[in-house]
Amino acid sequence: MVTTTTPAAKAPARRAAQAPAARPAKAPRRGRRSPLSSAALHLTLIAASVIAVFPVLWVLLTSLKPAKFAATTDFFKDTTFENYTNLLNDTPFLTWFGNSLLVAALTTVLGVFVSSTTGYAVSRFRFPGKRGLMWTLLITQMFPVAVLIVPIYNIMASMGLLNSPAGLVITYLTIAVPFCAWMMKGFFDTIPREIDESGYVDGLTPFGTFWRLILPLAKPGIAVTAFYSFITAWSEVAYASAFMVGDENLTLAGGLQKFVNQYGAQWGPMSAASVLIAIPAALVFLFAQRHLVTGMSAGAVKG
Amino acid sequence: MAVDTSSQSVAKAAGEDVARGRSRGTGNRQGAVKRSLSTHWYAWAMVAPVVIVIGVIIGYPLVRGIWLSLTDANERNVERSIGVNHIPATYEFVGVDNYVDALTGNQFLSTLGWTLVWTVSCVSVTFALGLGLANLLNRRIAGRSVYRMLLILPWAVPGFVSVFAWRFLYNEDNGLLNKILAGGGIDAVPWLNDPTWAKFSVIAVNVWLGVPFMMVALLGGLQSIPGELYEAAEMDGAGALQRFRHITLPGLRSVSTTVILLSTIWTFNMFPVIFLLTRGGPGEATQILVTQAYKFSFEISPRDYAQSSTWGVLILILLMVFAAVYRRVLRKQGEVW
Repeated sequence: MVTTTTPAAKAPARRAAQAPAARPAKAPRRGRRSPLSSAALHLTLIAASVIAVFPVLWVLLTSLKPAKFAATTDFFKDTTFENYTNLLNDTPFLTWFGNSLLVAALTTVLGVFVSSTTGYAVSRFRFPGKRGLMWTLLITQMFPVAVLIVPIYNIMASMGLLNSPAGLVITYLTIAVPFCAWMMKGFFDTIPREIDESGYVDGLTPFGTFWRLILPLAKPGIAVTAFYSFITAWSEVAYASAFMVGDENLTLAGGLQKFVNQYGAQWGPMSAASVLIAIPAALVFLFAQRHLVTGMSAGAVKG
Repeated sequence: MAVDTSSQSVAKAAGEDVARGRSRGTGNRQGAVKRSLSTHWYAWAMVAPVVIVIGVIIGYPLVRGIWLSLTDANERNVERSIGVNHIPATYEFVGVDNYVDALTGNQFLSTLGWTLVWTVSCVSVTFALGLGLANLLNRRIAGRSVYRMLLILPWAVPGFVSVFAWRFLYNEDNGLLNKILAGGGIDAVPWLNDPTWAKFSVIAVNVWLGVPFMMVALLGGLQSIPGELYEAAEMDGAGALQRFRHITLPGLRSVSTTVILLSTIWTFNMFPVIFLLTRGGPGEATQILVTQAYKFSFEISPRDYAQSSTWGVLILILLMVFAAVYRRVLRKQGEVW
């Protein structure tokens, strides 16, 4: 159903895009459009918004229904928080949540900490090896999970780090470090060089300039980078599924798979867990999205 | 052969700053080393943490992975500990046998074929929809920011949560989609249990996940095109389609080439959608290269580490070749523009 409406939504979109300009002679001024094309525009956007929001909304509604009605199409049926209380009391959800939080937070802090000076150096200095380093940062971001997963798994196994948050954090740093360095280079590029020069004039070393002048100015950029790497670690699936076993050690991505396996699906706790994971993340994301877009265009898109 | 070159280039790149500084110094006078060190000391110290981290946790595993792909390593012959007993590795070097097997066998090529179909259809549909929506949102309309917020939502929800939501909707017996179809008197569709429908379903979910990013990036690009260009074109009597072709598309060129490159790489490697939605099933119908490589090392018994590494290296080579060709094509076009 969703997929049939998607191409259908596209057609009126095109038409609406052309309609106002198709009759410039009749329309008095640019920027005005006929009521008909205006309606088409709104209808298209409403249809697209419904498709975008509905799956998420449906899970939210399901989580508020008694588990036995989970698979019914009634929108509101005996609204209850039963699924949530069951989830929190009878499943290891909070443990998984804690594991995810710990791993993602450590990855973020370490990733940002390690790569901030590199972002600055690559943004400001010319030095032998810079090109090679930048290429490495770019290429490592292309690494498919399949290239590193087996060797890292074997290394972790021989070091006894499988099934431990530390092992997962180290693994996630392979994703976070190149990404953070690249993003932060983009943010440092937007800070005028005159500030560095004023620092040198005042007798600061490059480290001093970075630490006292540039880092405070780059705080918003660092926040965005940190947020991105947090989200990446928070929603990583492949490494988490392969490295962590046993109910106690799973992260959320692995834990949710427990509810939906090949033997059947517990949609009740699954939907409640999804809401508890998605709503905070979505709120923060929507709140921060303007900065995210700026960050993206500074870091990734321009690169 | 190709494997060696790629490993070298990456390994060299990782350690390049050190290597180059040294070699230049020893070639010339002693003073050059000192001068170079004193000039670049700060820069090198600042990049050192990342170079070390990349070398240790990416470079070393990468080299090991390439080595494993040249052996017959599997779960039974790698180094391992059972209780207190430590069993040393007994796997052997087999040369490029794994690569020959993969490239002459049926499985790699058929999986590659579907991976290409998957990537091309996901990226093109996502781009078309993203461009369409970005154009609509770039107009002055009531409630624009509300629409924008709603349309971004799929991007804001963690990917694995969305994928589980879709599994819920796609469920053959109890899923909402089939309930709606039943209301219209249409038979249940085996969304994830029939090879053709499953392919269609995974693409639909990936498009749903990818459109918001595309839309936001392209909207940013659209807003950076000066409005005067459109006014001037309109004065000259250019129609909407002409304006779209000659102003919008060229104006979006730098943004769209980047997002197409990025989303091609992401989609090619898109693990969670396939893994969580179908596990590559039914049969191997929706298995892409990445999920199949994962399956070799973590889902079958005995775990076939050598095969998995081989597929991993091949994926990396494919992506690097793609990125290089893409860049070259763009550069050539750039001269024309």
